[in-house]
Amino acid sequence: MSDDVFVHETAEGSQELRERAATPPAELQREVGSVLRLPEGHYVDVADLDVERPDDETMIINMGPQHPSTHGVLRLMMELDGETVLRTKPIIGYLHTGMEKTGEELTYQQGGTNVTRMDYLSPLNNELVFSLATEALLGIEIPPRAVWIRMLLSELQRVSSHLMWTATNGMDVGSTTMMIFGFREREMLLGFFEKATGLRMNHNFIRPGGTAADLPDGWEDDVDLICENVTLRLDDYDELLTGQPIFRERMEGVGALSAEEAMALSATGPILRSTGIPWDLRRTMPYLAYDQVDFDVIIGTYGDNFDRYAIRLNEIRESIKIIRQVLERMPAGDYRVQDKKVTPPPRARIDESMEALIHHFKVFTEGYKVPEGEVYAAVESPRGELGCYLVSDGSAKPYRLHVRAPSFVNLQSLPVMLRGGLMADAVATISSVDPVMGEVDR
Amino acid sequence: MGARAPRGRAPGDAEVSGDLPVVTLPPEGVVTAASAGQEIVLPARDRYHDVVAAYRDGGYELLSDLCAVDYLAHPPRALPGGVAPERFEVVATLVSPADRRRVRVRVQVPEDDAAVDSLFDLFPGCEAMEREAFDMFGIRFRGHPDLTRILMPDDWEGFPLRKDYGVGRVPVQFKEAPGPR
Amino acid sequence: MGLEDLQHNFLTGTLEDLVKWARRNSVWPVTFGLACCAIEMMAVGAADFDISRFGMEVFRASPRQADLMIVAGRVSQKMAPVLRQVYDQMMEPKWVISMGVCASTGGMFNNYAIVQGVDQIVPVDVYAPGCPPNPETLLHAVLTLHEKIRTGEITRRRAAAGPAPEELAGWVPERPEAVRLGTPK
Repeated sequence: MSDDVFVHETAEGSQELRERAATPPAELQREVGSVLRLPEGHYVDVADLDVERPDDETMIINMGPQHPSTHGVLRLMMELDGETVLRTKPIIGYLHTGMEKTGEELTYQQGGTNVTRMDYLSPLNNELVFSLATEALLGIEIPPRAVWIRMLLSELQRVSSHLMWTATNGMDVGSTTMMIFGFREREMLLGFFEKATGLRMNHNFIRPGGTAADLPDGWEDDVDLICENVTLRLDDYDELLTGQPIFRERMEGVGALSAEEAMALSATGPILRSTGIPWDLRRTMPYLAYDQVDFDVIIGTYGDNFDRYAIRLNEIRESIKIIRQVLERMPAGDYRVQDKKVTPPPRARIDESMEALIHHFKVFTEGYKVPEGEVYAAVESPRGELGCYLVSDGSAKPYRLHVRAPSFVNLQSLPVMLRGGLMADAVATISSVDPVMGEVDR
Repeated sequence: MGARAPRGRAPGDAEVSGDLPVVTLPPEGVVTAASAGQEIVLPARDRYHDVVAAYRDGGYELLSDLCAVDYLAHPPRALPGGVAPERFEVVATLVSPADRRRVRVRVQVPEDDAAVDSLFDLFPGCEAMEREAFDMFGIRFRGHPDLTRILMPDDWEGFPLRKDYGVGRVPVQFKEAPGPR
Repeated sequence: MGLEDLQHNFLTGTLEDLVKWARRNSVWPVTFGLACCAIEMMAVGAADFDISRFGMEVFRASPRQADLMIVAGRVSQKMAPVLRQVYDQMMEPKWVISMGVCASTGGMFNNYAIVQGVDQIVPVDVYAPGCPPNPETLLHAVLTLHEKIRTGEITRRRAAAGPAPEELAGWVPERPEAVRLGTPK
């Protein structure tokens, strides 16, 4: 590598990228020298390496985008010294779907179908944040039953997502039994979602104005059964994993992050809480009815993988607690706001009344106009702060839909966590960051 | 591990000792307003970095979101405080964990000189978000360590989320309707 | 391999049946889960919709050891060359199941970022629609693939010689005109 500076010529002009030796020490110190600054299409030619220098024995390898760790299409460009990871560069974009552009072409009623496919492990949270942003712009208030139904579904999604995480984390660390266990519980939850919303995943159920339909009859028994079963089986997982020496050795002290680093890197969710900062949007900036239910915010101490595992496991328990409270206190009433502008008429009325038919037609084809303005709404998804920045120009389609995806931002803390660890630790750490590439790339 | 300690108050600190800088927020001479019940700040482009630094010193230690908007196809808008609207806007949302408050900083970026200061020295976590804004809109961030495409392939031409860039629909055999959807 | 070069007769016919039985009862997929469909693919691999009953629970990470590529999820422009490379690295015989509408046709994302159907890049044997397809739909696709392997032909039949090169000269493939069904322009 004869040039100190790789000048990458593009149509927009040249962009300079510096080799590690030419990186100013101030910048190296700032990033702890963890982020690998090389162009992504760069092929390291062995002939260019100066073999005389002994400390130039690092190699740059590629992990992904297709690899068996089940976290989707993430590519990591790693600089290795033997087995030890020095610098990393996460390369994303392999699942870029242009959802923000598509969101500008869909009406607000259709927007849920688009947004829900971002974080596909907890799709109702995406719909929730989009609906909250739209309702803030519309200036409508939704009835209490709709709020509590949304809260119930959101917490059930959190349980399902954390179970999925425990399953895949267990498999990444080596325990395929955990994978089968986690999916077994998840099937119960998905069966309930199918009964209530019609689909196992990507439901498009939480819409601006409330929810698409009321909960089915007998839902209390189903949810009660879920809570009971999950609570029992959680103790099984505790027994399988928490006390087990191999699991502990693989997870404790690995991928550690300090509180200042996490805050500086804008990490949220279990990553931030594992460093000891009690930041949970459900408690600190409550939305829906989270200020009326009683639950604990779980925090860790060391910021390592084991803390994040323990946080997620216990968050399942806290979610079950919330779900039980919702079961007891679910109010009666409408499942969506009775505002003619936003809410289509009940399906039965379409056969009876011409007006209802026209109204239904208009809401579903033309859409309703949302007043001009911009708003940012945020919820606590299982991965962190999921935000939606919505700009409206007064028409029936969003002018700009931007979703602040927690995994996109959390991935920046990955190089800092991986530094100094081994390759095998890298797999466990990636898993504990819990990235969902659908929302990373959007 | 070598990261800086946060300046201003730490989260959860109720009492503040005298040697921490006292910052008045919002900073002087900066337009503030409310939008849908949320606090927004509209600094001039040359004061953007200092305003965000002031907020950071005042306890807003978490950069929650940074995105860009292209107002090309928007009907003419009037911004509060007589701020001149430009084609692009860079929107940064800051959170104060101690006060549990959010503030949104919106800076206008003109089309012919689409560049603005990077917040990387204040918030290293803005790196990926600024890269995305560059990739999707073509806005350059001065002082960003690695301003390259992040979502699109490296050799992609054009900036997809700009309003003069089409959706890229492929005509489907049975639907000849030209408009979106 | 050798079997394709043999002429079909009653001996190789029985051998062919045996080979087809072996091939369809242990089709090993390569891990190519991209998006939401990948979650349903994992659910198929788990206990409730056990794919192990068909001998397929071994998802091989290396394409060299795999027979089947289940493209589960939307394929973006950046991922397309990777997809082709993984397909090329698989050994014959290989099959492709396009799982979900995004892989089959681009799905609900008809825009600049998504390849409109993975059959633009690799040849597809079975398409499984759904967004995402139920695990049972994916199992149906797998069984359809097994049926396709069972009824497919390996050894050469006499009638499969094809047209002589002279007949092919000057032949232009027919491009059907899109029929407008009276929709306004």
